[in-house]
Amino acid sequence: MVEVNLWSGLRKFTDGAEVVEVEAKTVGQVLDALIEAHPGLGPVIEAGVSVAVDGEVVTGGRQMPVAPDSEVFLMQQIKGG
Amino acid sequence: MAKDEITKGYTWIGTTPDRPDGLDKVTGRARYGADFSLPNMLHGAVVRSPHAHARIVKIDATKALALTGVKAVVTRADLPTGLTGEDLYLQENTLAGEKALYDGHAVAAVAATTALIAQDAAKLIEVEYEVLPHVTDVDEAMKPDAPVILPGCADHSVPEGSAPNVARYIDFGRGDLDAGFAEADVVRSAHYTTEATHQGYIEPHAAVGQMGADGKGEMWVCTQGQWYIRKMCSAVLGTDPAQLRVTPSEIGGGFGGKTTIFMEPLPLALSKKAGGRPVKMVMTRAEVLRATGPTASASMDVKMGMKKDGTITAARVDFRMQGGPFPGASPVGEALSCAFACYDIPNLGHHGWEVLANRPKCAAYRAPGSPMAAYAVESMVDELCRELGLDPIEVRLKNGVKEGTRASFGPKYKRIGLVETLEAAKAHPNYAVELGPNQGRGVASGFWFNHGGETSVSMAITEDGTAQVSVGTPDIGGSRASIALMAAETLGIPYENVRVNIVETGALGVNEPTHGSRATFASGKAMWEAAQGAIKEMCKRAAQKWDIDPEAVTWKDGAAHPAGENAGKFEPMTIKEIAAEMGKTGGPISGHHESTPSGAGPSFGTHVVDVEVDPETGHTKVLRYLVVQDAGTAIHPAYVEGQYQGGAAQGIGWALNEAYIYGQDGRLQNPIFLDYRMPVASDLPMIDTVIVEVPNPGHPFGVRGVGETGITPPLPALANAIHAATGARLRKLPMNPPAVLAAIRAKG
Repeated sequence: MVEVNLWSGLRKFTDGAEVVEVEAKTVGQVLDALIEAHPGLGPVIEAGVSVAVDGEVVTGGRQMPVAPDSEVFLMQQIKGG
Repeated sequence: MAKDEITKGYTWIGTTPDRPDGLDKVTGRARYGADFSLPNMLHGAVVRSPHAHARIVKIDATKALALTGVKAVVTRADLPTGLTGEDLYLQENTLAGEKALYDGHAVAAVAATTALIAQDAAKLIEVEYEVLPHVTDVDEAMKPDAPVILPGCADHSVPEGSAPNVARYIDFGRGDLDAGFAEADVVRSAHYTTEATHQGYIEPHAAVGQMGADGKGEMWVCTQGQWYIRKMCSAVLGTDPAQLRVTPSEIGGGFGGKTTIFMEPLPLALSKKAGGRPVKMVMTRAEVLRATGPTASASMDVKMGMKKDGTITAARVDFRMQGGPFPGASPVGEALSCAFACYDIPNLGHHGWEVLANRPKCAAYRAPGSPMAAYAVESMVDELCRELGLDPIEVRLKNGVKEGTRASFGPKYKRIGLVETLEAAKAHPNYAVELGPNQGRGVASGFWFNHGGETSVSMAITEDGTAQVSVGTPDIGGSRASIALMAAETLGIPYENVRVNIVETGALGVNEPTHGSRATFASGKAMWEAAQGAIKEMCKRAAQKWDIDPEAVTWKDGAAHPAGENAGKFEPMTIKEIAAEMGKTGGPISGHHESTPSGAGPSFGTHVVDVEVDPETGHTKVLRYLVVQDAGTAIHPAYVEGQYQGGAAQGIGWALNEAYIYGQDGRLQNPIFLDYRMPVASDLPMIDTVIVEVPNPGHPFGVRGVGETGITPPLPALANAIHAATGARLRKLPMNPPAVLAAIRAKG
């Protein structure tokens, strides 16, 4: 299982939990599993989020591998100028 | 590549040759957006709302269409319906639907045989408006009884009972704020505001568009991202993106403002209606300022607790930012994430509100959100330092983030260079200069994430042993030169033997724009991968000739070599020799790479500024300015320095003078450069730079993006310097002479 850290504004979709566990081997599977377990996160994730895996922001990298001990954070989507 | 593998001792990287596009640009040979023309071309003009908020009752183009030379008029009725989300907002912004939502909002467009006829025709299009109450101020827009701009704009994040113009709410944090503040010796809070500012690129938006009745089209356009233009224009017009070919012109500045569309779909829509004749459209400066993306205006509260030794124990921000009349444009999320990115603080709270207002749709502007956040937070840090008698650099060193620190936005940092920038700033001679009367010194640090993004690059070896590199990221700040240097280094050939072409949408897979400080990082990384493919093939050709295993061939100094004594004794085969024969040894040699690279290491910077304030007039003179920033590896140090200086210059303008000024009628009062006061050469000192190099482990040469971080620290650095010079703390931008004078007088 992979622990996913959410920003606190998402707690209302996860029964108050800021850290949730999902079964996943890639970033894409993390996002799909989050939506399946917590459907309220669907619009948030579909609107666009960034995911940080072990300190690296992997925006758009659904294929990026995730290990059971990876540190995964869901973050606001970042745009640049 | 692991950072251990990053080595110095480069041949080309770190040198400063002339840019490949330099001669074209200084001789006028370079073609910018307005330089394109086609046979039988028409010219377009736009009718814009004079009202900040108004219902469009009727549009009558009868008189305009009767004018000789007028070939087409388009209104919203000509565009498809049924769009949703950002596509709908882009379409609404291209041409207003039921309501005009800000002063300058486009309501109709016309194409005619000359630009003058088009302008005359635009005046003949009669628009009947029902003027509605408007709101342009972010705090006013958040009031429950404010004029409602877009009913139902709130997304899932907005709490029940919020004001109707609140489109999004964000909160995140960690630790125990109350306990953290209780632990502090001093707790202070303050309110800061910034006005909207424009990117101020010297080249206005310009495009030539051609589209037939079959929906096939072409566009030549000034943009940071030709694929975004293709995607967005096609969405707005309801056409197939694969049938639109977009070629980018040279670009006279963008800074984020040209990563999206404003008028660009209109030449295509007019062309389609005018029987496929090409249509050219060039914005005036007033149109640029009234109707293209400035950044957001912000209303911000900061609370921070500090111990007597300088340890920051807790901090909280509440940011409210308006991004115009459509959701998703305000950079409040980025601002929150950047607010405490430089600090290791155990107890943190971030709260943000995106608010709609009757202003133009915001676009990205260099590190979107980060300068405003830095203005509030870095000013507060300075206020606490002064109250406790602490050195501002020492306090930043004490609390500064480093490798392994958990960032304020969640994950742990990999290798970063904030501490190195602080140490370099402390050691710089500028920090030791003795100051005189009415003079003061300000320090601030800043941060930007940097970005990877979808990237596609190809490299072709030419018959003469040179290399052609095709990239999709328009060259705004010297990326042709940096990519050519990295290609020369990778292939082992001279810089002059590499030509980097910025290509159109039909020539490569998708590329995100030149944004997020990504061009040198992402296109450079993809170029390196593409070059490995070409090198592998060249080694194979040499192996064929030598009749040995391709694995027994290595590449160095621009030639194939036997890998060792066991591979056999052969004279190295140069790229020139291999290329000359490639048609007879298996065909053309090339490499390509497509990916969405991660590993864009963040960049930190520290600025030190000295000012002198005239107590009689409130005028601030910038005496000296120092930018210290981590570039990872500076591929072309002169252009890295240029990015640092450019960021500082724009930040100085934002801090001291620039602002969108709206009248009571909701109309922009200063839509020309005479009144929108950008810095000119006489406003700026020589800007000193120090390039810190803490290699990014996520790039073959250690590159970090450098384009954006530099605009972040100037806002607070100048506020801190003005306070040091006058004793007056300015918590509102711009800090122009009347504002500074008023603050000095209020202090008594």
